[in-house]
Amino acid sequence: MPTKIEKDTLSGRDTTGHEWDGVKELNTPLPTWWVYTFYATIVFAAVYCFLYPSWPWLNGHLEGSLGYSSRVELTQALEAQAKSRAVYVDRIRATPLAQIAKEPELLNFAMAGGRSAFQTNCMQCHGAGGAGSPGFPNLVDDDWIWGGSLDQIYTTIRYGIRNADDKSRQSMMPRFGVDGALTGAQVAAVTDYVLSLSGKAKATPEGAKIYQEQCVACHGAEGKGNQELGAPNLADGLWLYGGDRDSVYRSIFYARNGSMPAWNGRLDEATLKMLAIYVHALGGGR
Amino acid sequence: MDNRVRDDEAVSLRKQKEALPLYVTRIKVYPRAVAGQWRRIKWAVLVLLLGIYYLVPWIRWDRGPDAPNQAILIDLDGRRGWFFDTVIWPQEVYFVTGLLILAAFGLFLATSLFGRVWCGFTCPQTVWTDLFMWVERLIEGDRNERMRMDRQPMSVAKAARKTLKHAAWLVIAAATGGAWVFYYVDAPSTLVKILRGEASAEVYAFVGLFTATTYVLAGWAREQVCTYMCPWPRFQAAMLDEQSLIVTYQKWRGEKRGKHKAGDDWEGRGDCVDCNLCVAVCPTGIDIRDGQQIECIGCSLCVDACTQTMDKVGRPRGLIRWDTLANQQVKERTKGGQRAPWRPVRPRTVLYAGLLLVVSAIFLTAFVLRTTAELTVQRDRSPNFVRLSNGDIRNAYTVKILNKQRQEHRYRLSVSGLPQATLGVVGAGTEGGEAELAVHPDTVGTFRVFVTVPASAAPSGTRPIAFGIRDAESETRAAHDAVFVGPAR
Repeated sequence: MPTKIEKDTLSGRDTTGHEWDGVKELNTPLPTWWVYTFYATIVFAAVYCFLYPSWPWLNGHLEGSLGYSSRVELTQALEAQAKSRAVYVDRIRATPLAQIAKEPELLNFAMAGGRSAFQTNCMQCHGAGGAGSPGFPNLVDDDWIWGGSLDQIYTTIRYGIRNADDKSRQSMMPRFGVDGALTGAQVAAVTDYVLSLSGKAKATPEGAKIYQEQCVACHGAEGKGNQELGAPNLADGLWLYGGDRDSVYRSIFYARNGSMPAWNGRLDEATLKMLAIYVHALGGGR
Repeated sequence: MDNRVRDDEAVSLRKQKEALPLYVTRIKVYPRAVAGQWRRIKWAVLVLLLGIYYLVPWIRWDRGPDAPNQAILIDLDGRRGWFFDTVIWPQEVYFVTGLLILAAFGLFLATSLFGRVWCGFTCPQTVWTDLFMWVERLIEGDRNERMRMDRQPMSVAKAARKTLKHAAWLVIAAATGGAWVFYYVDAPSTLVKILRGEASAEVYAFVGLFTATTYVLAGWAREQVCTYMCPWPRFQAAMLDEQSLIVTYQKWRGEKRGKHKAGDDWEGRGDCVDCNLCVAVCPTGIDIRDGQQIECIGCSLCVDACTQTMDKVGRPRGLIRWDTLANQQVKERTKGGQRAPWRPVRPRTVLYAGLLLVVSAIFLTAFVLRTTAELTVQRDRSPNFVRLSNGDIRNAYTVKILNKQRQEHRYRLSVSGLPQATLGVVGAGTEGGEAELAVHPDTVGTFRVFVTVPASAAPSGTRPIAFGIRDAESETRAAHDAVFVGPAR
């Protein structure tokens, strides 16, 4: 408890009465401007609570007299953004793919829009730059499984590969080893033959024979593949599931049959088109 | 109450503070008007600088349609700086940096030669404070009248004069804030918008901000800005030496000071008659006779004040004058018999002037050599390179071409440094190893570019290459270094 309040001669102020070993505490009031600023913040808070959503309630919260909601604000912002893009988006929707690629202005917009959609929806499997990874095709090179023209890319994105969509790209590589069509030794022989197409192994007559019997129908006599059937080119040294002997052996023994979802319905028409343009321009487009 | 106020009773702030307890609030300074050579120079500088500041945004400059016709405009929305026929892009903001570096070295050089000539004559704080003080004198009268009025209780007359003064200050401050905004937006149309209440919130906010700062800093804070807020007085001492010309009191001549009646003998006493006029006119409230002080901004008004007094008592002028400390010392020692000539050429002034010239030369060269087109190249790093089905190795690049001119240009892009390389551009054909790329006026064109080499010619690891553009019509060229990455062998 303060005991004795004195007047300090040097500063002309009162002491608080607190004293420690002869050191006395001056009672210096807060600066007036500070005090009033503090009062102003209290008034501000009260007004704010009245105007904006603030206090929690048992069944919700105080709504505030302005009716403000950050959710509504977000919706409006998204609408405004869609509106500002509408000029280009509408044109892209109405323009054939081949024509978009020829108009620099539309091409630029489609590249930017496609890039953004790619980074959100595609990069998880195909990588940020489209370089892919084992099982997920590289979109930057010129090796296409289902075709690299604008329309083929568009169809692949729209309907996907080996999924439940009626129009999705369908084909099936048989499980030669698992289903007993070929023995392990036969699979090994045909593996050597397949590798020999890109000069990575020495073929045996047995392997060549099995290839002619089992593989030619889809992959072609020279192993160039068939984009109609999604049969990969086996002769170009580019591999989706790895080009070492073991990986190729597994591809034949177990088969692979990777799938891709249909984006129709998840993404709007204009975004699908922009994605096709972007993927086509990544480098492999024909 | 004793209401007499006399100039020769003026006391410097330092002395007033010394007489007070530890903690004191601000003691108001009432600078007295003074006429003279330095005051005239200060008025001339003031009119010149304020004229430049207020009028420059109104200079018109025809650049044809689709371009602003304001001679100097920093268009933040359009991201261009317009300076007469020069257009600065954001990428070239280093020219502004260059100007700032030159300004800094200029300030260093001026300070090492002439002391705080910037503070005393050209600093915006000084110029606007001078203007505000002039308005104050016009409305409330000179020093003594103002001091008397402030001591009187509030009356209708006093309230009217104070209101008039603050209103006048606010008008000047608003004009200052307005002029600031006009450097960033079209002046005539924005002025109309401001007056009609149609301008954007940003415009009003910045006008308000600079109105407030002008009013507070020039009307209220004044010498407090120089003494307590500004960092420059703290380190400008590093540029000064005993050979810098500064405002000095010639102690050897002035002391011993004392009142002097007409007809009294001048023998055995100094020339200073202790009229205290130098203290009364000082805008920062100091006594120059106390020697060098951090508060002194070198405004020279005490020189004018002392000249008046010396003329009146019939003694030679220059008791307070521009002088070097070295000369002061010599005169002190020899009682004025000898002088030390001013040496403007000293290591530090040579250094500052040299740096000034070097930086000027660098930026002038850069400015003269700046092209109307720029090229930047960014290589795709994901993936680093692509192996094509025929074994070729390809790298992808994002190429940006800045066309700074106001007509469309067609640039021919080529690549060098890699034998057997072929060039491809998305959305454009190639011809003879070069691609022709059209870029709209005053924009940046972005292109996706591929460089492909056969496997046999592909480098192992990184190989430096260069892209170049060439405009067939204007002979404009630009180049950018890049690298080509191949599989490690």
